Amino acid sequence: MMTPSAEQPLLTVEGLTKRFGARTACRDIGFSLWPGEVLGVVGESGSGKTTLLGCIAGQLTPSAGQVWFEARESGRVDLAALAESDRRRLVGHDMGFVHQNPRDGLRLDVSAGGNIGEPLMRAGMRHYGTIRGLAAEWLGRVEIDATRIDENPRRFSGGMQQRLQIARNLVTNPRLVLMDEPTGGLDVSVQARLLDLIRQLVADLGLAVILVTHDLGVARLLAHRLMVMQDGRIVEAGLTDQVLDDPHEPYTQLLVSSVLPL
Amino acid sequence: MNRDDDAMIETRDLAKSFTLHVQGEIKLTVLDGINLSVGAGECVVLDGPSGVGKSTLMRTLYGNYRVDQGAILVRHDGGQVDLATATPRLALDLRRRTLGYISQFLRVIPRVPTLEVVAEPLRARGLGAQEARERAGALLERLAIPRRLWSLSPVTFSGGEQQRVNIARGLLAGHPILLVDEPTASLDADNRSTVVTLLREARSAGAAIVAICHDPEARAALATRFYRLPPRELAA
Repeated sequence: MMTPSAEQPLLTVEGLTKRFGARTACRDIGFSLWPGEVLGVVGESGSGKTTLLGCIAGQLTPSAGQVWFEARESGRVDLAALAESDRRRLVGHDMGFVHQNPRDGLRLDVSAGGNIGEPLMRAGMRHYGTIRGLAAEWLGRVEIDATRIDENPRRFSGGMQQRLQIARNLVTNPRLVLMDEPTGGLDVSVQARLLDLIRQLVADLGLAVILVTHDLGVARLLAHRLMVMQDGRIVEAGLTDQVLDDPHEPYTQLLVSSVLPL
Repeated sequence: MNRDDDAMIETRDLAKSFTLHVQGEIKLTVLDGINLSVGAGECVVLDGPSGVGKSTLMRTLYGNYRVDQGAILVRHDGGQVDLATATPRLALDLRRRTLGYISQFLRVIPRVPTLEVVAEPLRARGLGAQEARERAGALLERLAIPRRLWSLSPVTFSGGEQQRVNIARGLLAGHPILLVDEPTASLDADNRSTVVTLLREARSAGAAIVAICHDPEARAALATRFYRLPPRELAA
């Protein structure tokens, strides 16, 4: 983190294109991401943000291009060229995915503790006491009272469910976490708490994050760098404050000037 | 090749314009031919009437605004980096360790306690939480922010308190170059003199400071030199 040239990027996307039939959802996307960096991706619905996340997370196979990832065990690999089973295993190990709707990322028929313990068991951990201890510790880190470890998350508020989803994703120490509108459906007061939590965890764990959001305020507070997408392309990219305070492209200027003043 | 070997930050033929695509493609040229050089222990106060581009120059020096042409050479890690062409990653490293910016406005995540807001730049440079908080507390004390406020978010503070929190945050990490925009604007006389003292201490310790400051007393106390921005010619 101290000397920028010393380390390799964790993720390098090159010429990534994804077509669905005649429609091109992502066109020729390229960028690099280093450990400790939060990259915001903004743009309106249908601009290709979620498709891009899907291609990086291995849920979608790109039509063209490479997704170079520095994997913990196997070193630098092109995720786009891996067989689907290999890709899923690697992604499961080294990446987290926080969905907008916590119900898509949690198992609602399993206790809060079970939701955090499950990824640990999938990673090969067997000792019940250790798993339960880690689950309790992570509940604390995401500010959920550890006495609720055996409760079903269906009874949690939306903000708590979202924090539980974050714990479930971070307990296995991923290096890269993809977040799709993580504060999307939440009340503003709950949003602030979650933003603060994400900010702290990212800093403490040195995570790399790709944060998809349509909320420029969220992007400003969390992202170091910003990419603006329109119609499947990156139209503008740079430091977050540069892009928001000195937007060059017509579309970015429109986005920034459309935010209602507070 | 260097015109000024002692410069901590130096601009060469800097130009900056804005093209407003949403408003009929109007092009506004704000800066043109800016050559400014600031050495260690200097405080250069930007001079010129309102609208001449002082704030724009300040933001450009921080990389907040991107330049049309010219260079912004910054002494960093014993070498020289051109901020105008630096990658985002290098620009972030420059801001973390070399280039500090004290704006008039505080922009923080609601809920984060004042002490953490102030300590954050030290944490970002790898200092432990405890030591960062102690140093943040000491500076907040000098700036007369009562201890009972430290655990609260500064979002609800008065304008003067927010400004002092901002100054504490900006000064704490001891960046070798400081860009300071109206540091005393909404402060009472006592706090104004504390801020001036702190900035003078930073200057004596070798910081290169560029400032915008309208308050005559603070100007006189801080400036080692003035830089008058060339008058703007209206673009056709």
